[in-house]
Amino acid sequence: MEHIRTPKVEQVKLLDRFSNKSVIGTLHLTATHLIFVESNSTSAQEIWILHHHIASVEKLSLTTSGCPLLIQCRNFRLVHFVIPRERDCHDIYSSLLRLLRPVSYDELYAFSYNPKQNDQQREEGWQLIDLAAEFERMGVPCDQWQLTDVNREYKVCETYPRDLYVPITASKPIIVGSSRFRSKGRFPVLTYFYQEKKAAVCRCSQPLSGFSARCLEDEHMLQAISKANHNSRYVYVMDTRPKLNALANRAAGKGYENEDNYSNIRFQFVGIENIHVMRGSLQKLLEVVGTRSLSMTDYLVGLENSGWLRHIKAIMDAAIFLAKAVTVEGASVLVHCSDGWDRTAQVCALGSLLMDPYYRTIKGFMVLIEKDWISFGHKFADRCDQLDPDPKEVSPIFTQFLECVWQLTEQFPQAFEFSEWFLIQIHEHVHSCQFGNFLGNSQRQREVLQLKERTYSLWAHLLSEKQNYLNPVYSPSFAESHPVLEPSTQACHFKFWRNMYHQYDRSMHPRQSILKQVLTFKESNRELEGTVQALKTKLQKFGVSTSPLKPQTPPRERSLPPRPQSLILGAPLLSRKEVQQEEDEEVFGEEAREDAPASTDGERTVEGSSATENGYGELTGSFGSKNEPAVVTLEFGVARMTC
Amino acid sequence: MELSEHIKTANVEDVTLRRPFHPALRGTLCVTSHHLLFSDRKDEASWQLLILLKNIDAIEKSVENLFGYPRAVGSSGTITIKCKDLLVLQLEIPGMEECLNIASSIEALSSLESVTEMYPFFYRPSHLTLNGPWGLSSTEQYYKQTERLWDRWRVSTVNSDYSVCPSYPSAVIVPREVDDDKLIHSARFRQGGRFPVLSYCHHRNGMVIMRSSQPLTGANKKRCKEDELLLQAVIDGSELGYIIDLRSAQQAQQARMTGGGFESKSFYSHWKRIHRHHERGKVVQESLIKLVEACSDPSHSVDRWLSKLENSKWLSHVHSALSTAGLVVECVERDGHSVLVHGSEGTDNTLLVSSLAQLILDPASRTVTGFLCLLEREWIQAGHPFQQRCAHSAYSHARLKQECPIFLLLLDCVWQVWRQFPLALEFSEALLLRLAQEVYASNYGTFLCNSEQERCAAGVKENTHCLFQSLLRPDIEEQYLNPLYEPTDLAIWPSVHPQSLQLWTGLFLRWTEYAQNMEEAREEVWSIVKEHHEQAGPDRTNNTLSTHCDTLTSFENLMDELTIL
Repeated sequence: MEHIRTPKVEQVKLLDRFSNKSVIGTLHLTATHLIFVESNSTSAQEIWILHHHIASVEKLSLTTSGCPLLIQCRNFRLVHFVIPRERDCHDIYSSLLRLLRPVSYDELYAFSYNPKQNDQQREEGWQLIDLAAEFERMGVPCDQWQLTDVNREYKVCETYPRDLYVPITASKPIIVGSSRFRSKGRFPVLTYFYQEKKAAVCRCSQPLSGFSARCLEDEHMLQAISKANHNSRYVYVMDTRPKLNALANRAAGKGYENEDNYSNIRFQFVGIENIHVMRGSLQKLLEVVGTRSLSMTDYLVGLENSGWLRHIKAIMDAAIFLAKAVTVEGASVLVHCSDGWDRTAQVCALGSLLMDPYYRTIKGFMVLIEKDWISFGHKFADRCDQLDPDPKEVSPIFTQFLECVWQLTEQFPQAFEFSEWFLIQIHEHVHSCQFGNFLGNSQRQREVLQLKERTYSLWAHLLSEKQNYLNPVYSPSFAESHPVLEPSTQACHFKFWRNMYHQYDRSMHPRQSILKQVLTFKESNRELEGTVQALKTKLQKFGVSTSPLKPQTPPRERSLPPRPQSLILGAPLLSRKEVQQEEDEEVFGEEAREDAPASTDGERTVEGSSATENGYGELTGSFGSKNEPAVVTLEFGVARMTC
Repeated sequence: MELSEHIKTANVEDVTLRRPFHPALRGTLCVTSHHLLFSDRKDEASWQLLILLKNIDAIEKSVENLFGYPRAVGSSGTITIKCKDLLVLQLEIPGMEECLNIASSIEALSSLESVTEMYPFFYRPSHLTLNGPWGLSSTEQYYKQTERLWDRWRVSTVNSDYSVCPSYPSAVIVPREVDDDKLIHSARFRQGGRFPVLSYCHHRNGMVIMRSSQPLTGANKKRCKEDELLLQAVIDGSELGYIIDLRSAQQAQQARMTGGGFESKSFYSHWKRIHRHHERGKVVQESLIKLVEACSDPSHSVDRWLSKLENSKWLSHVHSALSTAGLVVECVERDGHSVLVHGSEGTDNTLLVSSLAQLILDPASRTVTGFLCLLEREWIQAGHPFQQRCAHSAYSHARLKQECPIFLLLLDCVWQVWRQFPLALEFSEALLLRLAQEVYASNYGTFLCNSEQERCAAGVKENTHCLFQSLLRPDIEEQYLNPLYEPTDLAIWPSVHPQSLQLWTGLFLRWTEYAQNMEEAREEVWSIVKEHHEQAGPDRTNNTLSTHCDTLTSFENLMDELTIL
């Protein structure tokens, strides 16, 4: 709190990013949030910005109306305030500068956030995801794979988790030897086991091969992986880097596997660019889509020049290669990049998602992130700029993974239990530092920070509002018929993810949401079914059959065709009980007209939109705002979700 | 020449058909005067593919052994058929001669120019009769139904013999105080005689959208008093109207050199002119060709794809059409002024903008019936030259003449609006796709000819069936309805940020696996909505349930009493 000099500024103007619109309101600065409250309007909008979400604050040069303050957030929100007095602006500016650069983990929001749960609830939240159980689900340990305790004390590899799965034939000396030959000690370990063909997906970092070095233990290790799979004589080694990068690494004593030294491997470069290229690419993308009155040509050219979708496709291609090798050829695959925590995590996670329908459910997706990203040491703290920023370490690697998943949900609308709002919400919290899950760079660090004792788990929070993230057209039977997804990699299927990168630019969103409408329908269907059941049991309790009630039902017009009377129309005869049920349902179905308006009235968002936001140009601005229908609010209040 | 004379080989056996995402099939191929029929050879439940020859845009043949011996063993040919609905088929035909015969028959029969030889004149399904009404409405009926017009507007039949304007219908709606004589003068001052007529009157404020062609001011700035009076009568005392000229200011200036021009400020002092550049004709046709080409090559890298997508400019056309329509709506709805829309000829972009503006403004045009009526009024009766514009689609190698996919562009824009307001339209994407297909090749007469006059002369109304009538039969297919439809009275302004617009994958990637996944998801939505309707009931007036609950309560009371006793 000592950093806050001016907690409240009035008469602050908030400018719309893409139009000439602006609103006046009050700016509040708290220890955790910057809050803007619109004044005078009846439906005053509030904007809550968590300090951790702020990527940069910029004070622009003074104008006649005040001092502009430009705030850019990691969740792609961009706000432009104009503060009347320069002094206030400067106070806010310098407070924010300090607040958005926490110097120690203790300052992170997660350590002060308290959702009013007791310790037991918190513990239960952390126990939701159990990776040992996950490996068991895959069928590991088994006759070829075992749990090793070699990293119990984080002695062999401090960025790996304690529990690791390796081939039974890989002895401790082999593991230790192999780890010495791998960058950061990240030796090959199992991350996914495809039970049907006993094929394994393993991950590691690059070998320290330089120009000619070799390591017998490492060669044995790969041999062991190969031997553990009787279906295939060879094991694929996927180096997810472009060949040039791998070659360059040789000069630094690192590099890639020499096929002559390793028997039975098939080596393959995949060509995903490094974190610096990805960072630059996203920056370019955001610059393009942030341009005001952008023309279609500039948009498409900018999209192309940013290279963003090219990178997304490269990751997808790699994952598809992995999934094909495992499911079609039944071969085991070893994936690595340089350190084995960025591209490797992307490819392993996405590949597993393609192979295993479980990871396409809400719970399964959490498990997947917990396994391939959190436990295997994707450096969330560095990549997401949580603390002690080194701008060279920041990169949207995890965002890319989420986007790849989104691209898949677009191609397979029925394959995923969750909707894009789930992905966006996860993205929000990777940066919010509100929950403990993503803090730090490795499991070891998390243990030192005692996150499980001092913070809450995001997964419990997300599961508690699971309703909001469901995909209403999800079909488990689709998963049965398509256990392995085979996405098209045609370029035209890779689309710009507007709802992610413009999640706060409401004028760009569809004004009505199919998703929300169908979800509401589905939810109300579920509720009605419940009511029917409840009333039925009640009636049964009284020993009353519903049939006497039937004559009371007045004949009525229905806009839907009436159910066929089985006897008359010669339809298959239902059993007496079923007929009874149908009648019950029909009678109780009427209830909705009286008691369940939620589906149609309560929840309904306003249709229509306003003209000034659409950028038709020319006439805009010359009109005062007449009573325009409001824009649809963001799906589930994403705007305020961190509060 | 009889149509059948084009057919040299009518039947070929053992033909292999290849379609995207289906296994190859062997069967018999038949060519008739209007159709290509393929039937597989299984006896029961045989599968057939029937393609209107008119749907075939281009045909490519490759024959092995072209200069060798005819009928040599194993000689065969492959015909690739590219349809106007963007489907591409391959037929492997045994026998070189047969292959060449089939190809030449298809070529000849798919490019018939005579209207009365076209299939709609032969299409006689048992469930339709020719005696019914043709079309959904007429200008007179529209006027009669639209009470807000009665006061200030009238129906003029000055064009009853199509002499004033050959491309207008026989009746048009004009300001009440302007007599037919003035209309004739105004028509002489407008290209193609398309004088300003009413297109839409806004139900909220009575402001109107007019449309016309460009005035023929020419190089020496001619003027026409009657035309000025006509427009003055449109705004009737209000101080301002907007003219949305669908050309850039420079183009409008240049048009004067060829006898065209624009309404100058000095003579039309109450009208404010706004120029918006829209591509037309060949440029738009080439956009379609480039886009379809980009979509049909699966090997493109992302960069190449984006560059080709950009280069096609198709989305830019969508963008400008929606922006200008938004501008028109802004003038009418927010600014409360009337608008005159025109480009040069007033038969293409003008109709595109005026009909899109109506879709945005008018809830009535968002129902199935309303939308089809809108198309009938603003495109068919208003004289969009369908025959010229839709003679060829994206694959044709023929030299372009008057082709231009403006109607397809309209459907794309409507699709964009639906994307942004998925609850506001009563019809579904399937209806748009059906229209996109019918406009190029159809069993029905609706899209035949270039104007009402031509349709009358060819006897289209007497001898063909009407597509719109057939779409609106009481058993209208469920797939054309939007399960989520919830009517709204408000204007539905689409966002025209490039990020808000998308490639219409339903059309341009129609024949891919992707489309199949979408279709399944759509069915799922239908079933959820249906379940909802079944459980919740579509109407809320009935209170059977409360009766039911009352009974339950009385039972409960009884039980309570019993317990006490």
